[in-house]
Amino acid sequence: MDAARLTAMANQIGAFFHVQGEAATIDGVETHLRRFWDPRMRREIIAHLRSGGEGLKPEVRAAVARLAGGLAAGG
Amino acid sequence: MTLIQDLDLGTPPAGDEANVSLTIDGRRVCVPEGTSLMRAAAVAGVDIPKLCATEMLAPFGSCRLCLVEIEGQNGTPASCTTPAAEGLVVTTTTPRLERLRHGVMELYLSDHPEAGIKGAVGVAARRAGVSRVRYGREGGAHAGAPVDESNPFFAFDPAACIVCSRCVRACDEVQGTFALTIAGRGFASRVSAGQDEPFLGSECVSCGACVQACPTDALIEKTVKAAGPPDRSVVTTCAYCGVGCAFEAQTKGDELLRMVPWKDGKANHGHSCVKGRFAWGYATHRERIVEPMIRQTIAEPWRKVSWPEAIAFAAGRLKFIQATHGRGAVGAITSSRCTNEETYLVQKLTRAALHTNNVDTCARVCHSPTGYGLKAAFGTSAGTQDFDSIDCSDVILVIGANPTDAHPVFASRIKRRLRAGAKLIVVDPREIDMVRTPHVAASHHLALQPGTNVALLNALAHVIVTEGLVDEAFVRERCDRAAFEAWALFIALPMNSPETMAEVCGVPAKALRAAARLYATGGNAAIYYGLGVTEHSQGTTTVMAIANLAMATGNLGRSGVGVNPLRGQNNVQGACDMGSFPHEFSGYRHVSEEPVRRLFEGLWGVALDPEPGLRIPNMLDAARDGSFRGLYIQGEDILQSDPDTRLVAAGLAAMDCVIVQDLFLSETASYAHVFLPGSTFLEKDGTFTNAERRIQRVRKVMEPRNGYADWEITLKLSDALGYPMAYSHPSEIMDEIAALTPTFAGVSYQKLDALGSIQWPCGPDAPEGTPVMHIGHFARGAGQFILTEYVPTEERTGARFPLLLTTGRVLSQYNVGAQTRRTPAAIWHPEDLLEIHHHDAEHRGVVDGDWVRLTSREGETTLRARITGRVAPGVVYTTFHYPDTQANVVTTEHSDWATNCPEYKVTAVQVARSNGLTAWQVAAGDQNRRARRIAAVPAE
Repeated sequence: MDAARLTAMANQIGAFFHVQGEAATIDGVETHLRRFWDPRMRREIIAHLRSGGEGLKPEVRAAVARLAGGLAAGG
Repeated sequence: MTLIQDLDLGTPPAGDEANVSLTIDGRRVCVPEGTSLMRAAAVAGVDIPKLCATEMLAPFGSCRLCLVEIEGQNGTPASCTTPAAEGLVVTTTTPRLERLRHGVMELYLSDHPEAGIKGAVGVAARRAGVSRVRYGREGGAHAGAPVDESNPFFAFDPAACIVCSRCVRACDEVQGTFALTIAGRGFASRVSAGQDEPFLGSECVSCGACVQACPTDALIEKTVKAAGPPDRSVVTTCAYCGVGCAFEAQTKGDELLRMVPWKDGKANHGHSCVKGRFAWGYATHRERIVEPMIRQTIAEPWRKVSWPEAIAFAAGRLKFIQATHGRGAVGAITSSRCTNEETYLVQKLTRAALHTNNVDTCARVCHSPTGYGLKAAFGTSAGTQDFDSIDCSDVILVIGANPTDAHPVFASRIKRRLRAGAKLIVVDPREIDMVRTPHVAASHHLALQPGTNVALLNALAHVIVTEGLVDEAFVRERCDRAAFEAWALFIALPMNSPETMAEVCGVPAKALRAAARLYATGGNAAIYYGLGVTEHSQGTTTVMAIANLAMATGNLGRSGVGVNPLRGQNNVQGACDMGSFPHEFSGYRHVSEEPVRRLFEGLWGVALDPEPGLRIPNMLDAARDGSFRGLYIQGEDILQSDPDTRLVAAGLAAMDCVIVQDLFLSETASYAHVFLPGSTFLEKDGTFTNAERRIQRVRKVMEPRNGYADWEITLKLSDALGYPMAYSHPSEIMDEIAALTPTFAGVSYQKLDALGSIQWPCGPDAPEGTPVMHIGHFARGAGQFILTEYVPTEERTGARFPLLLTTGRVLSQYNVGAQTRRTPAAIWHPEDLLEIHHHDAEHRGVVDGDWVRLTSREGETTLRARITGRVAPGVVYTTFHYPDTQANVVTTEHSDWATNCPEYKVTAVQVARSNGLTAWQVAAGDQNRRARRIAAVPAE
C-alpha cells in the first residue's frame, strides 16, 4: 500500500495524541495501530520505517518502532 | 392480515394527571384529569359523532357535531373541547342533540355537490339521518372547483372539502410547515396552499399529514384514488433515514397502495415525510434487476444465469482468490439499508466462511467517528436519548445536521418543542431551514468555516470552564476526576478562547460566548448532530468535544439532555451494532478479546482471526496495490457514495471478483462480475435499529420480486463457500444475535411483537429496553474527558482553489438517489445544484442556472449554479444524489484520523462558467453504458 498515505494517516493519529505529551502520544499511536490497522498495513508502515521512515513525525516514528518491536517479539 | 381499523379517540391523551371519574350515557369511566369528554366517551365505548376532531391534533371545536348535554349545566358544549371532570353526568344522544346534528349536517351537505360527499361526511350524514337538505344540494361555493392534481402523490378536490381545518392544523401542529390556510370567509372559505397556489408550487413539503388528517377524502393519495380502497395492512418500518418511522403498509392484494404512518410507532407517533410516505415506487420500478447475472470481465456484457450458477461462480472466484493470494485478499461490505439479521449474516460469512475480518459497512463513511468517540467518552457507541426526550429540552443545539431535510419527522418534533419555548443554537456553515422557519428562529446561528468544529466547540467549553459554569456536582459524582482536571486546564488555555478561535472558525467571540452561556445555563440542554460533525479529518475529535461539553454541564443521564447522533440511513445504528466493523464483533467488542472470540468460535464452530481487518478505504488502497482482489458488497454503491471517485473506480477495476447484491445496476455494479438481485424492505422480514437504538420489526408486505430476501441469498453464498448456515426465519438469526450480544440479550421477535419496539441495551437489568442511557453512571463507569486539540485539516484553500465545498442532501432525495430518483419525488430536485453566494458568483460572472465547472485537486465535474445567501461567501454546497454529476469525483481522500471516515465536508475548489460536461463525465457515461449491457438470451 502507498507508504505516503500510510505515513499521512499515522501522522494524523499522532496529531490527535500530541496534546497529551510525548509518552502518551507514543502509547496512543502504537495502541491505535495495533487495534485498528490490519496486519498488512502495520507491516508496511514498519517496512517504511525500516527504509528510512520518510515523513513520519518523531513521536509517530517512535510508536511505529515500538510496534515493530512488539511485532518481532510476538512473532 | 386484513385492513387495520383505526380507532381514533378524537383528542390527544391528557398525560399522567390524577384520574377523574364521570358517567357518560350511563357508563362509568375513569380518565386522567384534562381528558376531553370526547376521548373519555371513546374510552367508555361511546362513539360521539365528529368531523373536525382527531387524536393527532389539538381540539378545535369547529364542526359542532360532537355536542353533548351535561347534567346540571346549560347548553350543548362540544365534547372535544370540554374537559372531563369529577362526577359529571354526560349524555351524548338526546332529541335536542340529534336535531342540532341534523341541522349541522344539512348545512355541510348544502355546500357540497352530492358526488363530493365521501368518507366521514357520508358516514356522519347517514348517522344524522339526513335524507333531505332544505337548502338545496347544488354544492354552493364549492361546486365545480377544479381538482388540484399538481402534487405527484396526492390530489385535492375542493368539492369534497368541508373546511374542517384538519389539514391546516396537521400542517401547523404536526409538521410545523404552516403551508396551508383557510382563505375567504363564510361559505366562500376554502383550503389554500401557500398564496392560493397549487400544492406543488407552495411551501408544502408533501409529508402527507394533511392527507392523513382529511376526514372526507378531499385530500387523497393518487394510488388510492385510482385503485380504490386497500383491503390489507402490514405494520413495518421505513427504510429511508435513521428516524425509523413505523408505517402501516396498506395493500390491495399484493399491490401496495399506500404507506400510512403508524400512530403507535414510538419513533414517529403517526407522522411521516415525503420519502417514507410516498417514495416507495422504486420497489416495482422497471429498471429493477430481478435475475442474477455474471460476466468473466467487466468489459463483457452481463449474462443472465440461474441462481445456482451465479452463486457457484461467485463462490468459486472468491475461493480461487483466497487460494492464490491468501485469506486477506477478499472481504465484504454490509449494508445499512438491510436488516440487522442480514448485516449480521454478511459479517458472519466474512469471519466464519472467508476466515478474515475484512468486513466493513457504510457507517465507515458517515458515523464511524460517533462509535469511536462516544465509546471512548461514555462507554457505548450510540446516542444517549430517545426521541421523546426532546419534549423535556430547554436548549437544543443542532450542529452539523440539517434535520428538516435529512431527518424530517424528528425535525417536526424539534420545531414543536421550539414553538413551545425551547431555545435553539444552530452550528452550521449554511443557513439551514431550522435557523428561520415559521414560528421558529434560532437564538444563535454560528455560521462557522467548514472544518473548524473542534475550534468552535473548544471555544464554547472554554467559556463554560473559565466563567464557572461547570456542573461541579455532576463532574465530581460521574466523571473521572483526573481526566476532567487535565481537560479543564487544557481548555482554559488562551489558545481555546473565543477571542482566539473566532479568527479560526469565523464566528465572532461575542456570539460564541453567548451561545456557550445559553447551553450551560438554559436548563436541559440537548445536542443533536449529523455528518457535519463526523465527516471531517477531526470527526472523532469533534464527537469527543461534544461529549466533553455535555459532561461538563451535567447534560446527561436524564430526559431532555444528551448527545444524539442523527443517523443517516435507516439501519446505520444496527449495522454497527451487528459487528460490521473490521475490528469488532456484535456489541462493539474487539476481535482481539479472547473470551469474546471464544464465545463466537464456540457457537460458529470455527476458529476466528484475532487481528482487525481492512476498512473500506483500506480495501480500495490494497486493491490498487494488488493485495485485495475480491469483494462482496450488499446494498451499497461505493462508487457514487465514497470520496474521490477516481480512486474508488481504480480500486474496483483492479479486483478479480466484485459481487454486487442490489436492486438496480448501480454505479458500483459497472465494475462488478456478479450481480445478485436484492430485495426491498417491503419483501422481507427482519429488524432495523434507528438512531435512538430502537429495534423495530420489518415485516414482509409482498413476495420478493427477485425470488429471495437478502438474508437467504447470503445463506446460499455461505453454503457454496463451504460454511452452511441453517436458518429458516430471521427470528432465528435474532435469537443467535441475542445469545452472543449482551446489549441484545433480551431481544426476541416475540418481545418485539408484544412491545412494538425495544431500545437496547435490553437484558436482565432492562428487560424492556433502555430509552435513556447513562442514568446514574456511564456505561464505562466514570465519564472520560478527552483533550481535543484543534488540528486544521490538510485540505487548504489557496489561489487555485479559493472556495470550500461542503456536501449534503435534500428532503426529497436520499443519499445516492438510487431509490428516490426512481420515484416521482425526483420532481422537487431533478438535478444536483451548486449553491454559491452572490458575491462569489458575481466575481466569476456566474448567473443563476449557469452551467459551472467545479474543480478540486482531485477532479472536476459540471453542474448548474444556484445563487443564494444560504451559504457564506467563500463556501459552496452541493448534493450527491445524481450519478451524472458525481459530486464525489471532486472530494478528496482526506479522512478522520481515528476511523478513516472521509472528509466530505471540506474540499478546496474553484468554480468557473462552463459550456459542457467534463471529460470525466463523458468517459464515465460511456463506461456505464458499456458496463450495463445485458446479453440477449438466444432463442430456444
